[in-house]
Amino acid sequence: MEKISLLGQLTQYFFTGVTVGSIYALVAVGFNIIYNVTEIINFAQGEFVMLGGLVMVFLAAAANLPLPLAFVLTVAAVTGVGALMERFTINPLKNATVLTMIIVTIAVSIVLKGIAMFVWGKDPYIIPPFSGSKPIFILGAAIQTQTLWVLLITAVVVVLLSLFFKKTRYGKAMLACADDPEAARLVGIRVNSMILISFALSAAIGAVAGAIITPISLMEYDRGALLALKGFGAAVMGGLGSFYGAVVAGIFLGIIESFCAGFISSGYKDAVALLILLLVLYVRPSGLFGNVEASKIKEF
Amino acid sequence: MKVKGRSIWIALALTLSLVLVFSCAKEKEPYKVGAVFSVTGRASFLGEPEKKTAEMIAEALNNAGGINGHRLELVLYDDESDETKCVLAVKRLIKKDNVPVIIGPSLSGNTMAVVKVANDEQIPLVSCAASNKIVTPVVERKWIFKVPQSDTHAVEKIYDYLLKNGMTKIAIMSVSTGFGASGREELLRIAPEVGIEILADERYGPKDTDITAQLTRIRGTGAQAIVNWSVGPTQVLAVKNWRDLGMTSIPFFQSHGFGSHKNIELAGGAAEGVLCPLGKVNIPLLVVDNDPQKKVIMLYNESYEQKYNEPISSFGGHAWDSLNLVIDAMRSVGPDPAKIRDYIENRKNFIGQHGVFNFSPTDHNGLTKEAFEMVVVKDNTWALAR
Amino acid sequence: MQKSNLKILLALIIFLALFPLVVLNVGAVGHYLDVMIFVGIYSLINMGLSLLMGYAGQISLGHAAFFGLGAYTSGILCTKLSLSPWLAMVAGVFLTALIAYIVGVPSLKLKGHYLAMATLGFGVIVYIFFNEEVALTGGPSGFSDIPGLTIFGLDLDNELYYYILVWSLVLIIMIFSLNVINSRIGRALRSLHDSEVAADAMGVETSRFKIMIFVLSAAYASLAGSLYTHYVGFLSPSSFDLFLSIKLVMMVVVGGMHNIWGALLGTWLLTFLGNEWLHVFRDFDILVYGAVLLAIVMFLPEGLVDLSPKMRRLWKRS
Repeated sequence: MEKISLLGQLTQYFFTGVTVGSIYALVAVGFNIIYNVTEIINFAQGEFVMLGGLVMVFLAAAANLPLPLAFVLTVAAVTGVGALMERFTINPLKNATVLTMIIVTIAVSIVLKGIAMFVWGKDPYIIPPFSGSKPIFILGAAIQTQTLWVLLITAVVVVLLSLFFKKTRYGKAMLACADDPEAARLVGIRVNSMILISFALSAAIGAVAGAIITPISLMEYDRGALLALKGFGAAVMGGLGSFYGAVVAGIFLGIIESFCAGFISSGYKDAVALLILLLVLYVRPSGLFGNVEASKIKEF
Repeated sequence: MKVKGRSIWIALALTLSLVLVFSCAKEKEPYKVGAVFSVTGRASFLGEPEKKTAEMIAEALNNAGGINGHRLELVLYDDESDETKCVLAVKRLIKKDNVPVIIGPSLSGNTMAVVKVANDEQIPLVSCAASNKIVTPVVERKWIFKVPQSDTHAVEKIYDYLLKNGMTKIAIMSVSTGFGASGREELLRIAPEVGIEILADERYGPKDTDITAQLTRIRGTGAQAIVNWSVGPTQVLAVKNWRDLGMTSIPFFQSHGFGSHKNIELAGGAAEGVLCPLGKVNIPLLVVDNDPQKKVIMLYNESYEQKYNEPISSFGGHAWDSLNLVIDAMRSVGPDPAKIRDYIENRKNFIGQHGVFNFSPTDHNGLTKEAFEMVVVKDNTWALAR
Repeated sequence: MQKSNLKILLALIIFLALFPLVVLNVGAVGHYLDVMIFVGIYSLINMGLSLLMGYAGQISLGHAAFFGLGAYTSGILCTKLSLSPWLAMVAGVFLTALIAYIVGVPSLKLKGHYLAMATLGFGVIVYIFFNEEVALTGGPSGFSDIPGLTIFGLDLDNELYYYILVWSLVLIIMIFSLNVINSRIGRALRSLHDSEVAADAMGVETSRFKIMIFVLSAAYASLAGSLYTHYVGFLSPSSFDLFLSIKLVMMVVVGGMHNIWGALLGTWLLTFLGNEWLHVFRDFDILVYGAVLLAIVMFLPEGLVDLSPKMRRLWKRS
C-alpha cells in the first residue's frame, strides 16, 4: 500500500477529531442545559451517554428491533432515567450547597455505573453501523459512513435545540428560570417542572450521543467518567451556559486531541486537552465565548 | 451369669460406638488453596474466567475424592483490579485463612505489589499474570512462580513469522497499561537482535475510543506489518479502525491477549485476516492428536463449555495451569508451603493448557516460545497460520 | 485545646492502643491491622482535605496527585539515588508543597465548579505524567523493590511497628491541625468559608489563607504517599488516579467535612466497607457503594459525625 499523503493525514485527523468532538459537544450541551436552569453541574452526564449506547445495543441486537425504533425507544428510556434522577435526588435537596450537589451527582453516576455493570457486565458491546461499514475515501483519508451520521445527527440536535429555546414557550420559560428563578415563579412559570425538563432533555441528548458513537468506538459500563470529564472541559472552554460555545468548544477539543495524537504524542494527548482547559480557566474562566460580566447571565 | 452376659453386650456396644466416633473423626482435613483474581474491575475479563475455571476444577476434584481423600477448599478473593485490595487480600489469605499456597493474581501490577508479602511470609505464589518481572530476577523471587507465557515468547513467535515471510520493517502500537508497556519493551528489545526495524512506536490509552490517529501515522511510514499490543476493548477497536481505514493490505498482528472468540465476535467481521500467537488451549480442534497437550485441552474446553454455556477464554487456562500445578504438588507433598515450593521449582514436563512446563531454580515460568502457535482469523474462527 | 477535642483524642488513643491487642489475638480478623494501616495513611490525606473543604470551603478533586507525588518522589529518590527514606520523605513534602503552591495560586482564584474542574484537570495531568514518563517512573508497569523504613536500626517491616508509626504521625498531625483550627488562622478560615466577600471586607487576606491551607493539605498528602510507598514497596500510576481523588472527597463528606474528626470516621468506614465488608455483595458492590454515598449525602449532609446530634434533634422535634 502506498504511503498516505500529508493532505490525506490531515483530512483523516480532521474527520476523526470532528467525530469525537461531536460527542464532546453533545455532552457539553447536556451539561449546559442543566447548569443553565439549576446551576448544578451534573457529573452523571457521561452515564447518560453510556446508557444510550448500551440500551441501544440491547434493543437493536438482543431484542432485534429495527434501528429507527430502537433509537427512539433508547432515547425515551434514558430520558426516563434522567427524570427519575431529578425527582429522587435533585428535587429533594433544594437548599443544598454547590459542593453537596456535586457530590450527589457523583454518587448518582456511581449508582448508574453499578447498575450498568450488573445488567450488562464489563464487556464492551457494539452496534452495526447505521448504513454499512465500507469507508468512503476523501482526499486519501478513509471516512466511515457512521461518521457522517454522527455529524448529521449532531447538527440536527443543535438546530432543534436552538429552535426550542428561542421559539417555544417551554424553551423560553427555561431560559427565564436560568436568569432569575424568583422572577420566573412570579410570572407563573413552574420552576420545578423546568428543572425536571432540563434533566430529561439532557439525558435525551446524552442518549443520542451514546447511540450514534457506539458503532464506531463500542460502549462499556465505565465509559461515562472520561466522557463527562472531556465534555465538561468543553463546556467550560466554551463558557459555562453558552450553547454555541459548547458546540464549538467540543468540536475544537476533538480536533485538538486528534491532531495532537497525530503529530505530537499519542500518550500525552489527553494531557494537552486538559492543559488547554486549565489555561482557559486561569486566563479567561468565562470561557472562549462567555461574556465576562455575562457569566452570570446564561445566554443561548 | 446374667450380669456378665449383659456386660458383654454393653462392652460390645461401647466398642462399636467408639469405632464409629473414631471413623467420623478420621474424616480428613481439607487442603486449603488461596486464590486472588480480578473478578471485578477493569481486569474482570481476566479474573472472571479464572475464577470460573478454578471453581470448576475444585468441584470436579472434590466429587472424585479430593487430594488423597482430602477435600480441596478453594478460598477465593476478588481484588477488584486494585493493588491495595490485592495486598490486603493476600495478607488475609495468609493470616486469616492460613493457606499454604496462593494462585493468582490476574494482573502483573497486582502481582508485583504482593511479591514482597509472599516472599516475607514464605508462602508460594503461582501468578496468572504475564509480566516477566514477576519471576526475574529469580534470586529475589524465591517463592514466586507464574504460569502464563511471557511476552518475550509471544514476541519471538511473531518475529519468527515475520522473518519467515520476508517482513523486516514494521510498526508497533501498544496500550499504556502494564500489559502493553511490557510487550512494547520486549518488541523494542528483541527487534534489533533479529534484524527487524521498527518504523513507528505508537501508544494509546486503555479508555481511548479512537485509534485512527495512530494508525494514520503508521500509514505514513510505509511499514510492512503492524504489531498491536493490548488487551481489553482497545484490541478490538484497533482491528476495527485498521479495517475502517482500509489498511487491510498491511498484515495486522495482535498480542496473545487477543485469544478469545468473543473478541472476534466483537470485531464484527473486521478481524478477518488478523494474526496472533495463541496458547494451544484456544485452538483445541486445530491441535494434532499426538500433541501431548491435546487431551487436557479438549477436556477443559468441553467441560467448561458444558458447565458455563460459553466458550473458554485464554485466561481461564492460566487458572487451570496454576491450580492443577498446585494440586499436583499437594498430592505429592501435602499442604506444606516450603515443600510445595520445592516441588514446583523442580517440576518437569507438567502438561498444561498453555504449554508443557519445565520449571527449574533459574526458571520459575517454565515455558518457551514453542508454547505458542501462530494463528490467523479465518471465517470468524481460528486457523493455523502458514 | 478545647475539652471536647481532648476527650475525643484520648478516646481515639485508647481505641488505637487496644485495637492491635484485640485484633492480633483473634485469628479471623488478624489482617484488620493491615487495613487499619491503610486507614491511617488515607486519614492523613483526608485531614488535609477536611481542612481545605470543611474549614476553608474549597474543593479539590485532584488530591490523589499530591499523594502520588509524595509516593513517587520517595520511591525514586530511594531507589535511583539511594537516598535515606526519611530524607526522601522530607524532600517529597517540599517538592509537593512547591507544586501545590504553583498550581494553587491561579487555581484558588476560581470558585465552585471551576475550581473543581481545575483541580480535577491537574490531578489527571499528573496521573498521565506518571504513566508516560517510563524512564523516570517505570510507567504503567510501575516499579518495585523499594526499601522499607528503619528507625535507629529497627526495621519497620513488621505490621505492628508500621501501624504504630502511621498512627503516631496521624495523631501528631491531628493535634497540629486542631491547633491551626483554633488559632487566628483557623478563625480566618472559617470566616472565609462562610462568606469570602465579608471576610475580604473585614481585612482577612483570603487568598493568602486559601493557598496556605491548600499547600498544607498537599503536604499531608505527600507524607501519606511516602508512608504508602515504603509499606507496599511497589508503585504504579493506577493507585493515584481520578477515582482515588473522588473516593477521598467521598470519605471526607461521608464522615462530615465540617468536623476534622469526620475525616477519620469517614475514612475508616469507607475503607473497611470497600476492602472488607462489601465482599458479601460481589457484583453489586459498586451499586451498594454508590447507594450508601447517595443516602448519606441526601439524608445526612453533615456526615456521620452529625448522626447522633441529628437523631437528638429529630427526637426533640417529635
